[in-house]
Amino acid sequence: MSDLAIETQHLRRRFGEKLAVADLSLHVKRGEVFGFLGPNGAGKTTSLKMLLGLISPTAGRGMLLGRPLGDRRARARVGFLPEHFRFQDWLTGREFLRFHGRLYGLSGRALEDKADALITRMDLQDAASRAIKGYSKGMTQRIGLAQALLNDPEIVFLDEPTSGLDPLGRLLVRDVIHELKARGTSVFLNSHLLGEVEATCDRVVFMKQGRVVHELEMAAQPAGLEVDLRVEGANDALLTAHAQLLSRDGTTVRLRVEHEDALPALATALVREGAKLYAMTPHRRSLEATFLEVMGEDQRPG
Amino acid sequence: MNAFITIVHMTLHEAARRRILIATLIGALGFLLLYATGFHFIAKEIPHEAGPNVIKQRLLLNFFTLAGLYASHFLTLMSAVLLPLDTLAGEIASGVAQTVASKPVRRSTIVLGKWFAYCLVVVGYLLVVAGGVLLVARTMGGFTPPGLATGLPLMALEAVVLVSVSIAAGAHLTTVTTGVLAFGLYGLAFIGGWVEQIGSMTHNTPAQNVGTVASLIMPSEALWQRASYHMQPSIMRELVMTPFSPASLPSMAMVWWAWGYILVALLIGIRGFGRRAL
Repeated sequence: MSDLAIETQHLRRRFGEKLAVADLSLHVKRGEVFGFLGPNGAGKTTSLKMLLGLISPTAGRGMLLGRPLGDRRARARVGFLPEHFRFQDWLTGREFLRFHGRLYGLSGRALEDKADALITRMDLQDAASRAIKGYSKGMTQRIGLAQALLNDPEIVFLDEPTSGLDPLGRLLVRDVIHELKARGTSVFLNSHLLGEVEATCDRVVFMKQGRVVHELEMAAQPAGLEVDLRVEGANDALLTAHAQLLSRDGTTVRLRVEHEDALPALATALVREGAKLYAMTPHRRSLEATFLEVMGEDQRPG
Repeated sequence: MNAFITIVHMTLHEAARRRILIATLIGALGFLLLYATGFHFIAKEIPHEAGPNVIKQRLLLNFFTLAGLYASHFLTLMSAVLLPLDTLAGEIASGVAQTVASKPVRRSTIVLGKWFAYCLVVVGYLLVVAGGVLLVARTMGGFTPPGLATGLPLMALEAVVLVSVSIAAGAHLTTVTTGVLAFGLYGLAFIGGWVEQIGSMTHNTPAQNVGTVASLIMPSEALWQRASYHMQPSIMRELVMTPFSPASLPSMAMVWWAWGYILVALLIGIRGFGRRAL
């Protein structure tokens, strides 16, 4: 079995004159939480739909869970929460889960038990017998998430899962992603919310004008970690012996070190030389800064 | 097969839950009430004694029963176009189709499941409305038209043709455009049918040909004419005494054409939904 959940080569999709996706070549490892970033109109949703078989590519090829894109056997092992959470809202929450569970091939006791467990996990016990059209947006998101997890999927696609939701709804998505990762499920997260991606993803790719333009391992520390210090009795010579001095304002100092591993040595050296170290705060470079740099000046809001 | 049954069940459930069925049934009952009232007053005026008036009595009852069946046919066709109108086009437009189509289900199963469910609804509706008309004629006039075993299945086939068109168009077009197209085709067949009948009466071959071409484009009216031909006594149809007595009987080939038409419409629907970007 391949250790890749998704592998695509030069996927392309054209809608008439418009080239929605120019070249999508990416791989997602099994068990990985994968972030898919880009401005509006970059082709993220079209890409995700090609991976799910909802849109057929104009050119290129790809595999999902070891099967060609669109293959039914692969779709049996996939969960999907679509953008905007548009569901059969005339169904009750429980009927909705039963219907989608049957489409996954579940039935009888197994289906009922699974639906019950997910209703409880999503805290929808009181609403399960009510029609979805009466649900709040957060509740609709939760029943949609439950639907995406009915088949204990090997990979879950989340398309803007927290768009327009309150902090509790966002936290739930974050928790569910952590739970999925803990059980080895891959997650493909398409999101605008960089903080959410930063908090959950192992790796992200940036898409721009229908192409993958940048890839980032979130676990790897970017070069040139900045550190804020509050320190007394440390002269510039002492500081520059261990790091690059960026700024100094009395006892507040900003340094840049090569790597996070350099921080203990810096602290030890300062204390050994008699300096009083009150605080040391490393600043990982924000994903937002990387995003803006990768997207460049030519990106206008779409 | 399980997925097919699930889609059929869900489509029927949707029709019931969204009050489509109840609204349709209320409309049908309203029609039957009006028809029964009219029949009651007309039946009172019809002479009941035996003798030379018997033929006149039978002809009047048959005419009024056929008028009821014609109205049933029209209401059924309206339902056949309108009820499935939104089932594919609406779900594609709203995005509901994405969640369903991402499941391990063939898209053809989704189309066929919805088609079959609406065929059940529409044929059921026909049985209620036409059955009601026949019940009224039987209880109030003591009359049952001949040829029901041939006529009613033809009416059902006509309804299935229009369900198929509505579903097939919905896989390609928006809800409104689907409705416009399906009703446009029905209108074309209706006018074409009349042109053919008048052409037959006046022995005008070009007019007859126009009607035949219209029936090939949409065979619904031809099926109704064949159905109505079977559901009236031979004297009425020989003399072309009423608007329901076709001057030229659409051939059996038109019935086979209708079956082929359904098959092609379904293939167009399956292909359209299968290729549609959801």
